[in-house]
Amino acid sequence: MGNNSGYKYVIIGNSAAAVGTVEGIRRIDTAGSILIISDEPHHTYGRPLISYLLLGKTDRQRMKYRPDDFYEKNGVTTKLGVAVTKINPDEHTVETADGETIAYEKLMVSTGSNPFVPPMDGLDAVANKFTFQNLDSALALGEAITSESDVLIIGAGLIGLKCAEGIIDRVRSVTFVDMAPKVLPSILEDDAAAIIKAQLEAVGINFYLGDSVGSFDGNVATLKNGGEKLTFDVLVLAVGVRPSIALVKDAGGACGRAITVDSRSATSLPDVYAAGDCTESRDAVTGDTKVMAILPNAYLQGETAGINMAGVNYAFEKLIPCNAIGFFGKHILSAGSYTGDVYFTNDGTNYRKLFYSDNRLNGFILIGDKHPKDGEIPAYDRAGIYTRIIRERIPLDSLDFELIRDRPGLAAFSRAARGELLGGEQ
Amino acid sequence: MKRVYVNEKWCLGCHLCEYYCAFAATGKDDMARALKGVKLRPRIHIEGDEKGSDLKNVTFAVSCRHCTEPLCVKGCITGALTKTDGVISVDKDKCVGCYTCVLSCPYGCIQGTDEGAVDKCELCVSTREGTPRCVAGCPNAAIVFEER
Repeated sequence: MGNNSGYKYVIIGNSAAAVGTVEGIRRIDTAGSILIISDEPHHTYGRPLISYLLLGKTDRQRMKYRPDDFYEKNGVTTKLGVAVTKINPDEHTVETADGETIAYEKLMVSTGSNPFVPPMDGLDAVANKFTFQNLDSALALGEAITSESDVLIIGAGLIGLKCAEGIIDRVRSVTFVDMAPKVLPSILEDDAAAIIKAQLEAVGINFYLGDSVGSFDGNVATLKNGGEKLTFDVLVLAVGVRPSIALVKDAGGACGRAITVDSRSATSLPDVYAAGDCTESRDAVTGDTKVMAILPNAYLQGETAGINMAGVNYAFEKLIPCNAIGFFGKHILSAGSYTGDVYFTNDGTNYRKLFYSDNRLNGFILIGDKHPKDGEIPAYDRAGIYTRIIRERIPLDSLDFELIRDRPGLAAFSRAARGELLGGEQ
Repeated sequence: MKRVYVNEKWCLGCHLCEYYCAFAATGKDDMARALKGVKLRPRIHIEGDEKGSDLKNVTFAVSCRHCTEPLCVKGCITGALTKTDGVISVDKDKCVGCYTCVLSCPYGCIQGTDEGAVDKCELCVSTREGTPRCVAGCPNAAIVFEER
């Protein structure tokens, strides 16, 4: 199919899920035409890197998720800076904001998520307010802050905390307000959250937790419960995100909180696939359908979709929530679900909590220093061995759990399993 | 594609592979001088010989498997980890040290460094000798580099 009659593959979005889709397609079909349409005008970039950009640990060139010649090498046409406004599933076309109608044989929807801003009295009149969701929002925030800025961040989740790390050395103060009683409420248990909060307080960050802004009066926020009046120069809204589902929902596709996809990343609409933060899929640990909005899963879902879009039936059924967060001298690595019995050690620096039940490892939280002392093995070292045990649902009685619970290693597996892993036994 | 394979039956637990690996990373000619007083940071590790467990007297080396379906590459948030000609390598200039790959690697073969970027076995491609140093230096052929 040529450009005039449409494309074999059309991809909405240009981030990890879209790149995964391209690479999945090209594993099977090296020739079929691909069009990427994105409302963002930029070359594909690693979205989680926006905090590192403000921090100065990366730059616009190095944060490119794939090399400059990625589209050319993969035979991808791009239409950037233009939003898709409608999917017509019966006609197999999409409509774009600039008035084009483009035909597809297979469609990928990787529209990501949008910042959720709850209604707050007086918010409309606040001048310097920002979200922290994509490159443009990060660049705008970077322009607005000075060494004299007092920054108020609403929401002490991952987005807000990463934002704080990005700007802390460039502003006078950072203050958080969050309705939850702890930081990182969706990722950490109470005790781990307390460790991270203490770490943040040590670098001068202020917290008002279990509270919310009742109203804004210009640059003063009044808290609902405590009544404190907080004066700020710059406001960052990081309360949360909502999956961008409108295109698929309006086209009649099945959606829960997000776009419903199966293990092939297919939606309920024929020839329409979806991947990444806009989707909900099955958690391999709990079996629940949930949004697991992290970059590795976006790539894996996209790649899975691409393989299927190119005509090969392929299911990936091993998605689990997992997070690697590094900030302020600590690394937090977590995966799976925090359910079942608990194995816990904490020497004040290295925090290790494993969750298990019914002969399976369900999840873990590991915290250690970014710069461990000489000879010290940080708790997060080799964490991927635990992740595999969770992801593959490996029975714990097939390995030496007493050995591995204190330190992940392949020594805990049987000789035969190790032979398979390392290829020694023939 | 040639890969490093490890046979624990032949491993003496001598840790020489770790020294050869650390030496290769220095890019220097003389091993003793290159490693003297330096904090060793090999990308291959001897495991086993766990006191009080079934593994007493059993040792084996573990390094990157350069997986066919590499979860580290697929999960990398920056695109710093790539696979080219069968070798998974890290672009240390792009890597921000988020440790998503440490969380993803099923073998535990990617490690953090004090400099921030992660570190892993790259099969000694930069030494251009063809055979990784850990393999060449293993005195008992417990580590081999083979097409299978």
